[in-house]
Amino acid sequence: MIALSPDLGRVILQLVLWLPLVGALVVALIGNGRSATLTGEAPLVTSRAWRWATGFAAITFILAAWLFLGFDTSHASNYQFETRLSWLPFGSDYRIGVDGLSMPLVALNALLSLSAIAGSWRITTRQSTYFSLFLILESAVFGVFTASDLFLFFLFWELELIPMFLIIGIWGGARREYAAFKFILYTVAGSAFMLVGIFLIAYFGPRPLTFGIPEIAQFNFSQYGTGIASLGGLAFILLFIGFAVKVPVFPFHTWLPDAHVEAPTAGSVMLAGVLLKMGGYGLLRLCVTLLPQAAHDWQWLLIILAVVNSIYGALVALAQTDLKKMIANSSISHMGYVILGIAALTQVGFHGALLVMLAHGLYSGLLFSMVGLVYDRTHTREVSAMSGLAARMPFIATVFMLAGLASLGLPGLAGFVAEFTTFIGAYGVFPLATILCVCTIAITAGYILWRLGAVLFGPLSPEWATLGDAIWRERIAVGMLAAATLLIGVVPSVVADMSAGGVAPIANAVAQGGQR
Amino acid sequence: MVQTAATILLLPLLAFVLIVFVTRKNQPLSAWLSIIAMGLSALQAIFLVLPFVMSGGTDHYEWQWLRLLPNGVTQGAPEGFLRLGIGVDALAAIMLVVVTSVSFLVQVYSRSYMIEHGHRDPGYSRFFAYLSLFTFSMLVVVLANNLLFLFIGWELVGLCSYLLIGFWFDRTARRGVHLLPPWVAAKKAFLTTRVGDVGFLIGLIVLWNRGGTLQLDELFAQVEHQTGSLFQASLLGQPVIFWACLCLFAGAVGKSGQFPLHVWLPDAMEGPTPVSALIHAATMVAAGVYLVARTYPLFEASHGALTVVAVIGGFTAIFAATMGLASNDIKRVLAYSTVSQLGYMMLALGAGSLAAGMFHLFTHAFFKALLFLAAGSVIHAVGTNDIGEMGGLRKFMPRTYFTMAIGGLSLAGFPFFSGFWSKDDVLVATANGGGPLLLAFALITVFLTAFYTFRMFFLTFHGQFRGPVEAAIDTHGHPAEIDAETHSAGLHESDFWMTGPLIILAIPAVVIGFWGSPFGNHGFQRLLEGNAFVETSVNLPLAAVSSVLAIAGIGTAWLVYGTRAYVSEPLLRFGALYRIVNRRYYIDEFYMWLIDKVVIGAGYALAIFDRQVLDRIVNGIAAAFAVGGRALRTSQTGRVQNYGLVLFGGMAVIAVVVVLVPLVRP
Repeated sequence: MIALSPDLGRVILQLVLWLPLVGALVVALIGNGRSATLTGEAPLVTSRAWRWATGFAAITFILAAWLFLGFDTSHASNYQFETRLSWLPFGSDYRIGVDGLSMPLVALNALLSLSAIAGSWRITTRQSTYFSLFLILESAVFGVFTASDLFLFFLFWELELIPMFLIIGIWGGARREYAAFKFILYTVAGSAFMLVGIFLIAYFGPRPLTFGIPEIAQFNFSQYGTGIASLGGLAFILLFIGFAVKVPVFPFHTWLPDAHVEAPTAGSVMLAGVLLKMGGYGLLRLCVTLLPQAAHDWQWLLIILAVVNSIYGALVALAQTDLKKMIANSSISHMGYVILGIAALTQVGFHGALLVMLAHGLYSGLLFSMVGLVYDRTHTREVSAMSGLAARMPFIATVFMLAGLASLGLPGLAGFVAEFTTFIGAYGVFPLATILCVCTIAITAGYILWRLGAVLFGPLSPEWATLGDAIWRERIAVGMLAAATLLIGVVPSVVADMSAGGVAPIANAVAQGGQR
Repeated sequence: MVQTAATILLLPLLAFVLIVFVTRKNQPLSAWLSIIAMGLSALQAIFLVLPFVMSGGTDHYEWQWLRLLPNGVTQGAPEGFLRLGIGVDALAAIMLVVVTSVSFLVQVYSRSYMIEHGHRDPGYSRFFAYLSLFTFSMLVVVLANNLLFLFIGWELVGLCSYLLIGFWFDRTARRGVHLLPPWVAAKKAFLTTRVGDVGFLIGLIVLWNRGGTLQLDELFAQVEHQTGSLFQASLLGQPVIFWACLCLFAGAVGKSGQFPLHVWLPDAMEGPTPVSALIHAATMVAAGVYLVARTYPLFEASHGALTVVAVIGGFTAIFAATMGLASNDIKRVLAYSTVSQLGYMMLALGAGSLAAGMFHLFTHAFFKALLFLAAGSVIHAVGTNDIGEMGGLRKFMPRTYFTMAIGGLSLAGFPFFSGFWSKDDVLVATANGGGPLLLAFALITVFLTAFYTFRMFFLTFHGQFRGPVEAAIDTHGHPAEIDAETHSAGLHESDFWMTGPLIILAIPAVVIGFWGSPFGNHGFQRLLEGNAFVETSVNLPLAAVSSVLAIAGIGTAWLVYGTRAYVSEPLLRFGALYRIVNRRYYIDEFYMWLIDKVVIGAGYALAIFDRQVLDRIVNGIAAAFAVGGRALRTSQTGRVQNYGLVLFGGMAVIAVVVVLVPLVRP
């Protein structure tokens, strides 16, 4: 949309990737800037660490937005702003670039990181460590989305774990250690499979040895045989397990509700909004792109898991009375749509899956932010403990409802655009599974309107009669996400032009993979 | 002309945006903004769009909304974009006139209705913002020439309905049996219609995949010759088009409150009365009928689907009418009548007459809006919905009495009122294409409608006032019991802002039917069907029978309710039968059981499975590995910081190796 020279773009992309890490160092060095309060009630003043961290996140966001607008959507299938430096002796290079698949996710990460960091101004313990970790997390996620080298990808993938582990473990709720360990053990276990998969691919892949994703994508693994027991099938399932834990896919999902419930608000926002998308991104970028034939062979499993995920997640969400648990299970359900879109192995299906990732990133981040704002005031997330809050918090109620409506797929908001694309893409391939998934939108509407209504509507109990609405800095932090949700819902072309191109090479690879 | 249509469409949206972001603190200004925007839309619809289509014009505009394929790629989807579009034709223009004019009058009426004891409702601006958003959404449904855009508007009207039923979100349930708090009623409405909308969505998905487009004219072109991919046999040997139409119809069943998704509409009456008039009588609930009419060529291509429409419509008409007999809530009686009349419209469409169905929709919008607004005027005065506590109001509220009588006669199908002509068309269509059973249903419904309408009317306006005495004598005091929708400042006629719209609506309730009558040379039908219109001979015996039935219904109501004091309900002598009907055949209870015990029960069972079985198995596997790692136990200090340190250290080592290896490389 705006002209951006390749050289400048290259510099900006490197800045986007590394600036948060520089910021993390700066924030760690300047210290908290304010002693923790003894009263327990968060004061309205902010700490120096918060201001600096927000500043870094804001600059990163502006740069990412510049990159987003400067991205050439007519060549969205190609890597742009690419930097390649010779690095490791065994065929792994430092390669960073964005295409139509990763660019929207980079923008999503920049937006959610800014929102999460800006919204964390109430943190009163060890602010500088807290904000440093969030900035490290931001860089790591950028790395995952921009690396076009398997080894580099894996390094960033692992780097992301540490800050998240510490964020849950230090600033979490009562069972934070259990949740933090569960989070990291699940993911590391998955990563182990993934690493084996990566080595298999590299070892049996093109010669000379390379970890470059574009090079391996050209390689035909079906020369080693086809079917799920072949080399390709094995590598696919190894990679798949690593990503499935992250997505999460049934039955590897049980770490998610624990991690969400215990994580601080901003941690949940990043977890649901961005970290889960790494799983879906990995499935698209590695599993399907590198092993298209194996994707065909494993298609049946993907379909089953997609249907199970969406229905199972939705039904379990229906039974939750803790708002965070409900949204966590709702995420599992919505990630089922991502798997559904990917399982279709068609252009429209992949496109839908990517759009669901983006849309869900926005509205689930928003939902967790809103739960956080409510929790800051009522100190409970239990639905039955609250009633009629809308009377005291019109802004919070409005944005909360907007996020809920996006989640249940209301047209005009991002969720509908994404789900509709996924469904039309998947129906042509497997009608019955698609119809089953479509039916879950009624269940989604059920738990969203039921629980949100019970919290926001009805008579206001006297206990909550003195609570205040969101203050300005909170309004801006969540307003950005709400605006993006609305924008994509009304004018989906802001992302669809690049995302359609971004998934096209994958669809091509699959179409050819199916023939060879 | 499409620019004019776009202006009509966008004016209410503009009002909504301005109220939300600019004028919401200024309540009167917000109301005026909304009313003026609506008035301008209505004027353009009546004086620009209607003449345009009457002279045979059509116009349309499409745009590319969502890219599916990148530039240069043609494989992978039927077309590279999902398109949206608006179109102006006779059908759209008729709905445009109905929606904008009724919206305008309801907004004018609301200006006073939402003032209580001289105080504007705290949500006054919000109310007008919602009404504006609703009108915009409804106009999207009306103007869409594309099923996807229609669906977008369709869901948005559902949202507005939700917001407006639950407008008084902090209120508890009104006194009375089985009444819901407004927000619960709103949720019930949204979720019930959502069930239908799942069907609608599946219909879209099927049509896009099999028909390759959601553009209506392109779909119509495909079904014209009864061949092509939409006619391939699919499930149960039926062609694709049959299932697609049934899916679309599922959406219509939800929105138009047809059996078996009718349960939400009576509870929707918990919203403010102007909302009931606009959304739950005149416009939104008619959207289901409009959807079938809009996609009529698809339905015509599948005889089976039309039969389903007719049967559901005919059954709903008589079924809802029986429930109208046994309700003492003035708005619920009207709600049942709405369901029943919508059933008539579906019946006519299913029986093969597009014009009859739409004609009844057209007249119904005016007289039903009138009836609801008149009921609102009554409720505003007496502070209750219970017709058992009314009576004798004609002395206090002459204008309301007079206009409601007109509305009632029109609804009952009294000869030569608007409702008579359109109902007659429905009956003729049923006689021609619906078969004897459905015709019998329709005729019995005529009698029932006349009876329950005038039962409600006589109990409200005739006899002696049965409410709290102080309400009848004190024009300034407030009765002790404050009701949910109370405006208890004693009995008085409503002000001009409220009675004005009643009087204006009374005019079309009497005369607009002549447009489609033999005396009006079937102008309505000619406009709608264009060259396809075939003049049918007037079915005089049928008209006579329906007139006699309507008059008999009114007369019976007069004998039972008009001539003696109302002490206990005369229908109580039917005992158990009355109870079953009064409790709406226990269908709501059955659905609640189904949702509570089956769906939510499954949720709870799975949640327990998730935590107690699945989680433990996976944790157990992890524990099994941990046993192997006992040797490392000494390192497990249990402190998160230590673990973090170790992880950090590990990462640092990796990082150092990664950086150093290339440096030491020869």
